Amino acid sequence: MYALKDQACIVGVGETAYTRGSGKTDLVLMLEASMNAITDAGLSPHDIDGIIPPPLPSTAEHFAANLGVEDLRYAVTVHMGGASPVTSLQSAAMAVACGVAKNILVPLGWNGYSTMRVRDMGNKSKGNGGGGSGAPGALANTIGEYYLPYGANVPVQWYAWLATRHKELYGTPDEAMGSVAVTSRKHAQLNDKAYMQGRPLSMEDYLNARWVSKPFRLFDCCLETDGAAAVVVTSPERARDLKHDPVYISGIAEGHPYPADDIPARPDPFTIGLSFATPNALQMADVALKDLDFAEIYDCFTYVVLLQMEALGLCKRGEVGEYAQGDRFALDGELPLNTHGGLHSEAHVWGMNHIVEATHQLRHEAGARQVKDAQLGLVTGWGDFGDGSLAIMRR
Amino acid sequence: MAETQEYRWPVPKMRGFAAEFYAYCKRHELRFQRCTNCNTWRHVPRDMCAKCGSFAWEWARSSGKGKLFSWTTAMQPMLPQFADLVPYSPVVVELEEGVRILSWLTDVADTDLRLDLPLEVVFDDVTPEVTLPKFRRAG
Repeated sequence: MYALKDQACIVGVGETAYTRGSGKTDLVLMLEASMNAITDAGLSPHDIDGIIPPPLPSTAEHFAANLGVEDLRYAVTVHMGGASPVTSLQSAAMAVACGVAKNILVPLGWNGYSTMRVRDMGNKSKGNGGGGSGAPGALANTIGEYYLPYGANVPVQWYAWLATRHKELYGTPDEAMGSVAVTSRKHAQLNDKAYMQGRPLSMEDYLNARWVSKPFRLFDCCLETDGAAAVVVTSPERARDLKHDPVYISGIAEGHPYPADDIPARPDPFTIGLSFATPNALQMADVALKDLDFAEIYDCFTYVVLLQMEALGLCKRGEVGEYAQGDRFALDGELPLNTHGGLHSEAHVWGMNHIVEATHQLRHEAGARQVKDAQLGLVTGWGDFGDGSLAIMRR
Repeated sequence: MAETQEYRWPVPKMRGFAAEFYAYCKRHELRFQRCTNCNTWRHVPRDMCAKCGSFAWEWARSSGKGKLFSWTTAMQPMLPQFADLVPYSPVVVELEEGVRILSWLTDVADTDLRLDLPLEVVFDDVTPEVTLPKFRRAG
């Protein structure tokens, strides 16, 4: 029934530096990360025959033309915002398992600081003048016609509707949100690539920070950074001849909230994309949550992590306020969380860095932040109005 | 808004179904799509009924009464026009008919927002062309 279990694996990972001010185009950033991933795999760019780029202007054909991929057998793009990278792994695994393509490149990168700064949207001299959101088709209509006239044009405001209701119903303390931010920042101190390395964050710092959109304070929000990351997916058979031990995609699934194009209309606002993806991915991998050695959870905003914890079933509905205690998520805790620092403290590359980090952890090459004897981990994606995806990965 | 003052904030583009939705607002009528086959209300507007699959629908008039479902209070402007308006609160209102709509409250302080606060619709003619539905406390 679950034909995809362990039928594809990650054999190469690559990143650029994570900066503010790359001086490069989105495409160049992604090509650099791609070359790093291809080299890490021990492959040549000419070995790539499948490309799954993100829903950004550069298409698979741009990548193929630059990399010298003469026979591009598989090109597709997933339109799920920040859930796209993990969902792209599913597409890559299917293509590999079916023999449509052999070596698939999944890149993601952008100038999330230099050209897409949400923080400047309200600034009269730097703002975009109210041109509205760059959101894709289905969302753009909802936002433009029904949200924007009321000054709700960005994710920190949209997701706050979920957070506020959940917080009011279940009394989630601010410290539960803070534990996500503080844990991420703590782990980032052990990661040389992390943008926030050298800048620790205490719970007091978190609670004293200014408001952005209630209930979100400054450190509830992830970073804005420039950079790119990429992975190469192939079959276990081909992986034998490559440089690294493969990291298997054991369970993989996507899910979409209903309806996906309007947050207020959801019958149950806390049934998110990940709620649908979780049982499918866990059953495919044939593992239980207690088997997991770490979790890389998409952390655009702290409360989004808390909602995903409930959707994953790590705790019951309404109980994440008690569950989310910082020591539980420490590197030697019950479930180490966002071991690289996440979008909060490493970089915001739509969670492709979560996949790269899970691979490092499962190859046991994460250095000072290595989770001892990590065998199995999960990576989630979250995007648009709550699209979700889940990958269960093992060494 | 005073008529002499230019309305500086974003207005809906009013394309497709939105043109019809806001045309009723301009007449100070809050109407949502309702399936004429199974009577299910819906918003945002769509081509067919997700419950029964019917393409038949009408713009049915809402009582305009509802309650507060959720909110955020924007403390930092994310568009230049809102710089002198913060803090302001985009709220989710659940109407009696079951549909939910994003809006603003006209007479509730940001610090007085509570789940299930009873509300009723009011209409704000923000420009000669555009009327936005907003809500106030219901008695």
